[in-house]
Amino acid sequence: MNFLRKSLDNLKKPFAKGQKLEKFAPALNAFDTFLFVPNHTTKKGAHIRDAVDLKRTMVTVIIALLPALIYGIYNTGYQYYIQTSEPFTFFDAFIHGSWKIVPMIIVSYVVGLSIEFGFAVYRGHEVNEGYLVTGLLIPMIMPVDIPLWMVGISTAFAVLVAKEAFGGTGMNILNPALTARAFAFFAYPTYMSGNKVWVSEATNVDAISGETILGTLAAGGKVNYSMLEMFQGSIPGSIAETSTLWVAVGALILILTGVGSWRIITGGIIGAAVMGLLFNLWGANELMSFSWMNHLVVGGFAFGIVFMATDPVSAAQTTKGKWIYGILVGIFCIMIRVFNPAYPEGVMLAILLMNVFAPTIDHYVVNGNINKRKKRWALAKQELKTA
Amino acid sequence: MEVIKGIQTRRGANLNIKGSAEKILNKTISSKNYALRPDDFFGTIPKLILKEGATVVAGTPIFFSKKNPEIKFVSPVAGTIKSIERGPKRKIERILIEASKNQESVPHDVKDWEKRDRDALKSLLLESGNWPFIHQRPYGTIANPSDTPKAIFINTAKTDPLHEDFDFILKQEQKEFQLGIDLLNKLVDQEVFLGVEKSFPGDFEKIKGVQHYTVKGPHPAGNLSLHIQKLCPLNMGERVWTVNAEDVANLGRFISTGEFSSQRTIAVTGNAVEKPRYFQTIIGAELAPILNEAGIKNEDVRVINGDVLTGSTAHINDYLGYYNNLVTVIPEGNKYRMFGWLPFKDNNILSLSNTSFSRLFNKKGFDVDTNLNGEERALVVTGEMEKIFPMEIYPMQLLKACMIEDIEKMEALGIYEVVPEDFGLVDYANTSKLEAQEIIRQGIELMINEVG
Repeated sequence: MNFLRKSLDNLKKPFAKGQKLEKFAPALNAFDTFLFVPNHTTKKGAHIRDAVDLKRTMVTVIIALLPALIYGIYNTGYQYYIQTSEPFTFFDAFIHGSWKIVPMIIVSYVVGLSIEFGFAVYRGHEVNEGYLVTGLLIPMIMPVDIPLWMVGISTAFAVLVAKEAFGGTGMNILNPALTARAFAFFAYPTYMSGNKVWVSEATNVDAISGETILGTLAAGGKVNYSMLEMFQGSIPGSIAETSTLWVAVGALILILTGVGSWRIITGGIIGAAVMGLLFNLWGANELMSFSWMNHLVVGGFAFGIVFMATDPVSAAQTTKGKWIYGILVGIFCIMIRVFNPAYPEGVMLAILLMNVFAPTIDHYVVNGNINKRKKRWALAKQELKTA
Repeated sequence: MEVIKGIQTRRGANLNIKGSAEKILNKTISSKNYALRPDDFFGTIPKLILKEGATVVAGTPIFFSKKNPEIKFVSPVAGTIKSIERGPKRKIERILIEASKNQESVPHDVKDWEKRDRDALKSLLLESGNWPFIHQRPYGTIANPSDTPKAIFINTAKTDPLHEDFDFILKQEQKEFQLGIDLLNKLVDQEVFLGVEKSFPGDFEKIKGVQHYTVKGPHPAGNLSLHIQKLCPLNMGERVWTVNAEDVANLGRFISTGEFSSQRTIAVTGNAVEKPRYFQTIIGAELAPILNEAGIKNEDVRVINGDVLTGSTAHINDYLGYYNNLVTVIPEGNKYRMFGWLPFKDNNILSLSNTSFSRLFNKKGFDVDTNLNGEERALVVTGEMEKIFPMEIYPMQLLKACMIEDIEKMEALGIYEVVPEDFGLVDYANTSKLEAQEIIRQGIELMINEVG
C-alpha cells in the first residue's frame, strides 16, 4: 500500500497547482481517490465527518443493481435458448448473455465517462460519482438486441443534454439514464418496440418471437406466462427489468442502507396498485382487466420505481413530496400503460413526467412551511397593534 | 419545580466519542498571559481604547463595539497589554495581556442595585463590561441594549458531543446563579426561561424567578434555537436574549461584589486527552498549561475551542475562547485509506449512515479524527439533513437560499430562527461534505448587513 501511495504521489507531481498539467488534475484525482480516500482534513465547520461520502453512496446503488443485472444476463441467454429449443445449461445461458451485455456496459461507461471527465477538466471540478450508476443503468434498461452504436449515441445524448447542459451532477431535472432510453425510444422506434428486439438474436433468427407481455396485451393478445414466471423474470423484456424478485432484493439493499427512499418506492406501489385495481373494476379491455397484481410484476414498473424514481436529484426532495411523487409515478405508469397502447411501457414516461413536476411538488410542500411562518408573523403584528 | 413545557425530539443523533470529562475539578492552574479575540464576538467590529503597553486591571475597558459604542469589552485580569496582533487589512486578531502578580479590579458601586431602575442597571452592566455576556437572537450577536426582548433564555441541558455538565460546573455557585437570574429579571418584564435536563435537573430545579422547561432527546435537542422555536417562536423584527449558564453566575458575582467576574470552568475532553476532566480558570487563559496537566496522547492534534461540531480551531499554544465551557482535543486525520469508499468497510469510523456497521458494533465510544472522509461533491442525497434537524425548518432549502443570497426566501424559510451551530450535525453527517455552518454564517452576515 505504501509503495502504491508513493508512486501515485510521484505521478501526481506534474498535476499540482502551478505545474504544466494542472488543468488535468481532476482526471487523475478521480483515479487516485478511487484507490484511496484522500488525506484531506476538515478546514471549516465541523471538525469530524461521517464515514459516508458520495462514492460510498453510489457504490451501494451499484451493489443493489447487481442481482438484477446478473439475472438479466442469465435471462438473455435463457430466452434465446428456450425459443430456439436448443439444449442449454445455466452456464451456457450466462455466457450467451455476457457476450451481449458486457459490450453494452463497456460502451456506456466509455462514452459517458469520457464526457464526464472532459467536463470536469473543462469546468475545473472533480469528477462526480453519479455516472457510475447511470452508466450501469443505461444498458440495463435497453432491449437486448439494440446495436452498440445506439447505446453510445443515447448515452452521449443523455449525459450532454440531460445532465451537463443543466450544470452537471446534482443539477439535472430529468433522470439521465431514463433520458437515454427515451432518446433511443423516440429516435429509433423500430428498434425499441414491436416483437423483434426483446429477445437476443430475434432480429436475425426468424424462429424467435420476442414480444413483451405488455406488447402482447396492447395488441389484444392473451398472455401465456404465469404470475410466478413474471415475478421471477423468465420473460422477454429490457435486459435487467424482467425479474421483480431480484429487483426486490435490490430494493431491500437500498432501503436498509437508507440510500433509496422507501417512501418513493412504497408510494409508487400504492399508486400503481390502486390505479390497477380501479381499471380492473372498469375492465373495458384486455389491458384494463389485466390483474393489478400482475401490473406490479410485469414490465419495467418494479425496476423503474426502485432504481429510477428514487434518483434523489430528479425526484422530489421533501419528505411529504416524496410520498406524493411516488404515488403519482405509480398512478401515471398504469394509466399510460392502459390508455396509450402505443407506449406500452408506461413507467419510463411516468417517471420522466414526474421528474418535471417534482420541483413543483416540493415548491408547494415547502410553501406550507413558509405560510405557517408568515401567518405567525401576521398574528404577532396584529397582537402588537391591539396591545 | 413547575415545568411549563417538555421539549422532546427524536430527530437528531448523539455522537458517541471517547474522552468525556470525569467529574474532577482542578483549580490550581495559573496562566501568564491572557488573550481577547474579537472573532469570539460575532458581528462586532472592535475599536481600541488602549494601546500596547497600557496597564490595566480586571474590568478595564480595552475596546468597544464600533456599531454600538456603549458595549465595552474589558480585560479579564490585571496586567499590561503585551501586544495587539493584527491580520490582513489590519484586522485585530488578538489582544494579549500579561498578567501581573497583584490582581485588582475596577470597583463598581452595586449597593442597593435592586432598587435601581432598568436604565441605570443597563448602563452599569455596559460600563462594567458585563454586557457581552448577553446575546440576542436572531443572528446570535451581542444583544442591543436598547431592544426589548420577547424573553430571555438560559439553557443548562447541553447535548453536543462530549458536552460539559452545567450541574457539575455550577454546583458551588447556586447563590451567584440565582443572583444573576434576579438581575436578568430586573432588566426585562418578560419571562426568563431556564432549560434543564429532563432526567436530571439537578439543583437548577430550585432556582426561582424562572420558567423551567425540560429537554430530552439526541443532539441537537440541547440547542437554544429549538427551545426558542418551541416556546416562543421568533417573528420578523422580534428579539430574544440568551445568556450562557456560567455567565449568569458571573453576572450574579458581579452584582454582589461590584467586580467584573471572568470565571470560566471548562471541560477538557476528546480522545487525544489522557485525563479528561474539568478545570477552573479565567476567560482568555493560556491553554498549554491546562492541556499539559490533562495530558495529550498524540503528537499531531487539533485543539478546538468548543465541541467537535461547532468549535473554532486553536493550537496548543493558543488561548481559551470567551464563551466556551468546552475544550476538545482530537488527533488530526491527514492519512490515506485504501478503498475507503466501500460500503461496510472501516467500521471503526463513526457513521450515522446505514452504509456502515459502526453503530452496531462499537458501543464503547469512537476514536475520531479530523479526516474529511471523502471530498466535497454536488448536493445529491436528499432527506438526510431532515433526519437530524428537529426544528420546523427545511434545512436544505434554507441552505440553498443562503447560497444564492435570496434574502426574501431566507427570511421565509426561517433564517431568523437559526444560528450556525444548529447546522453542526448537518456538517458532520451530509454525504456531499457541504460546509453548512459556513453557508449559514455567511447568510446571517448578509442579513445583518442588508436588513440589520
